[in-house]
Amino acid sequence: MSALISPVTADKAAKVVLWASAGIALLILAVILGYIVVQGVHVISLSFLLGSPRLSGAEGGILPAIVGTFWLMVVAMLSSVPIGIGAAIYLAEYAPKSAVTAVISFGVECLAGVPSIVIGLFGYAFLSIYLGFGFSVLSGGLALMFMVLPWIVRVSEESIKTVPNAFREASLALGATKWQTVRRVVIPSAIPGITTGVILGIGKAIGETAVIMFTAGSSLLMPMSLFDPVRALPYHIYILASEGISDPMAYGSSIVLLVMVLAINLAAIAIQRHYGRHYVRN
Amino acid sequence: MNRKISEKLIEMLLFASAATAIIIVALILIFLVKEGLPIITKVGIIDFCLGMRWNPIAMVGDPTYGIFPMIVGSFYVAIGSLVLAVPFGIACAVFLAEIAPSWARSLLKHSIELLVGIPSVILGFVGLVLLVPFIKDHLGGWGFSILASSIILAIMALPRIISISDDAIRAVPMDYRDASLALGATHWYTIRKVILPSARSGIVAAVILAMATSIGETMAVLMVAGNVSMLPSPIYDILDPVRPMTSNIALEMSYATGDHACALFATGIVLFIVVAVLNAISHRALKSRMGVER
Amino acid sequence: MSEIEIESKDLNLWYGTAQALKEITMAVPTKKVTAIIGPSGCGKSTFIRCINRMNDLIKDCRVTGELLFEGMNIYDRDVDVVTLRKKIGMVFQKPNPFPMSIYDNVAYGPRLHGVKEREELDRIVEVSLKAAALWDEVSEIPDRSALGLSGGQQQRLCIARTLAVEPNVVLFDEPCSALDPISTAKIEDLINNLKRDYTIVIVTHNMQQAARVSDYTAFFLLGEIIEFGKTKQIFEMPDKKSTEDYITGRFG
Repeated sequence: MSALISPVTADKAAKVVLWASAGIALLILAVILGYIVVQGVHVISLSFLLGSPRLSGAEGGILPAIVGTFWLMVVAMLSSVPIGIGAAIYLAEYAPKSAVTAVISFGVECLAGVPSIVIGLFGYAFLSIYLGFGFSVLSGGLALMFMVLPWIVRVSEESIKTVPNAFREASLALGATKWQTVRRVVIPSAIPGITTGVILGIGKAIGETAVIMFTAGSSLLMPMSLFDPVRALPYHIYILASEGISDPMAYGSSIVLLVMVLAINLAAIAIQRHYGRHYVRN
Repeated sequence: MNRKISEKLIEMLLFASAATAIIIVALILIFLVKEGLPIITKVGIIDFCLGMRWNPIAMVGDPTYGIFPMIVGSFYVAIGSLVLAVPFGIACAVFLAEIAPSWARSLLKHSIELLVGIPSVILGFVGLVLLVPFIKDHLGGWGFSILASSIILAIMALPRIISISDDAIRAVPMDYRDASLALGATHWYTIRKVILPSARSGIVAAVILAMATSIGETMAVLMVAGNVSMLPSPIYDILDPVRPMTSNIALEMSYATGDHACALFATGIVLFIVVAVLNAISHRALKSRMGVER
Repeated sequence: MSEIEIESKDLNLWYGTAQALKEITMAVPTKKVTAIIGPSGCGKSTFIRCINRMNDLIKDCRVTGELLFEGMNIYDRDVDVVTLRKKIGMVFQKPNPFPMSIYDNVAYGPRLHGVKEREELDRIVEVSLKAAALWDEVSEIPDRSALGLSGGQQQRLCIARTLAVEPNVVLFDEPCSALDPISTAKIEDLINNLKRDYTIVIVTHNMQQAARVSDYTAFFLLGEIIEFGKTKQIFEMPDKKSTEDYITGRFG
């Protein structure tokens, strides 16, 4: 090969291929998003967003699914954020270098690796059946919590670890206790990173389907309490598409879901930028 | 001394939060085993894992629970996705790290972030309405196939492979690059002979991690794999449908009862073990790489 | 020698198996400035960080001997580190203001220790900023981020923050090493004024600084105290050959 093609030619050819790869990656994204938008944009209307579904979702709107998704997120975040941040503080600030700490970190890694369908199975057996929560917002939200918890622990731990040690020293030297230092100096400095991480966690959870399939239920009615079943938006899309109920409705719902995810990611970026401007040192 | 007690209490509370993750993992294992183990002992671990027939609701005769075709199916689609995503992903990573001007870098980086954000059910849906008919019309077969699953999984794996490989390539010290370029090597030659080999262990870790994620992915494959629980025949026919383990659980859990439900939990055990082993290998690879760097 | 605030008797300190301080015996006089000089790695920072037990933060750090403050051994089991650090403040090598407003930086300590009323906090902040010779520069902008101040102002803010807790002793760990000469001069003036109310220990690698600001000087070398006495005497007629060598710039 190298005898036939000069190195300079090979260099040029390689660069063409690399540019092409990047171009194809962009093209894939454009095709996916473009196709959904083109196919689904005519479905989007106020009555679609704010209406109730009829005929198993073949007609009408998707409001119960949007509301269901919202409540699942609320339960998942209310349960995972305090525990996740607490765990991160422990791991970053308190944990002695011991076997116990190693086991805890290992547990976080393990949980992060559990396939979502297995979390769904577990959620079904443990939350729905064993604890008797049934198919409900509560079961689905807690199952999602199992999924996002490791992510929140990880990003919070990373942000806490980037807080300069000088802040801790200064606070301790003023006679602050460890917890006072953590609460008044470390956490406020780490909060932009933690917030960004939490928001991205919502973005991950909101599109998740396998976890909630057998925990949140598939009711198309408006949920009235924590113990009511709901059908989250992604699961709605799956049922519409795979059972051949209505492709246009599936496209429309996909647009709504994509906009939600996009808005969440943009919010995370905005927060990062905002704090980045205010807190950069020197 | 009140202060000391409250400090200690807070520490205990934080410790309890930290212990939650490991408790959840333990509960997952306990429940999987509790629900799934009886059927494995009943059928026998060998017949369960290597059995060829999955027939949980038998009209005639006893039901059979053999998940070998699904284990093969899971690996088949995951490896297929890597075959597509790894060369392509590394090419994109090299592009990002080595030759992209800053506008192209930020464009591609943002696009990748966008791609990560697309829920898997939407990717599966696009696969269902675009890819499956395309394969059916142009390549033959039913459309629902190993190929379709692999392509969708490859699209999902792409962002992760690109970003970890990009990091690994950027971690290669500038000196290596300069040394090679100063010897008169072209940029491409330097990338191929110096940079990629140095970044190899990081890239390998990314690939194994991507494989674990692909095997554990449910929605995207569920919608395009065809879900027939038989080995493809001939075995290399990538236009044949398969049923990965994740799809098996997702498809049947909603109506399974008794032994059938147990067998789905048992499928979950096998899936859990496969993914855990792959994750462990990947973590080891990443750790050893960090060890070298320090 | 005047009254004694802190007394060190045969103090030894190890990081793991490496001994960083050997048999340190010296006395820090009350309301005077005591300078600790010596080449880098001589243990001067380690020693000063013993006094408010900042070394506790370092893993595998072990201490033997006595370090007396108010008649108690600082390293006694039942010493409350938090109260100790309230009485013995510290200013660090690099200015390390919190990423908060100027006001909140100074009010941080008092708030920790339970001061809540706004007027009381205002008073403490003003007094502390005046004592740290920063009031004139920041009295108009107390709500601005402390990170926007210059390095020298930041360091004086850190001094104000330390004073706001009303300590008896202020430890300075090379407070000027990251500052320009003008800011350094301001801090030195400040230290001169502070010794009326506080006992001061300052670690410095700058011998002129030690000569300018201190009343007493200790010379450390390789973890041992070589010589300790009145600054004038140490600089003009040192007992030990190595002290003289160091002061005249023959090594270090």
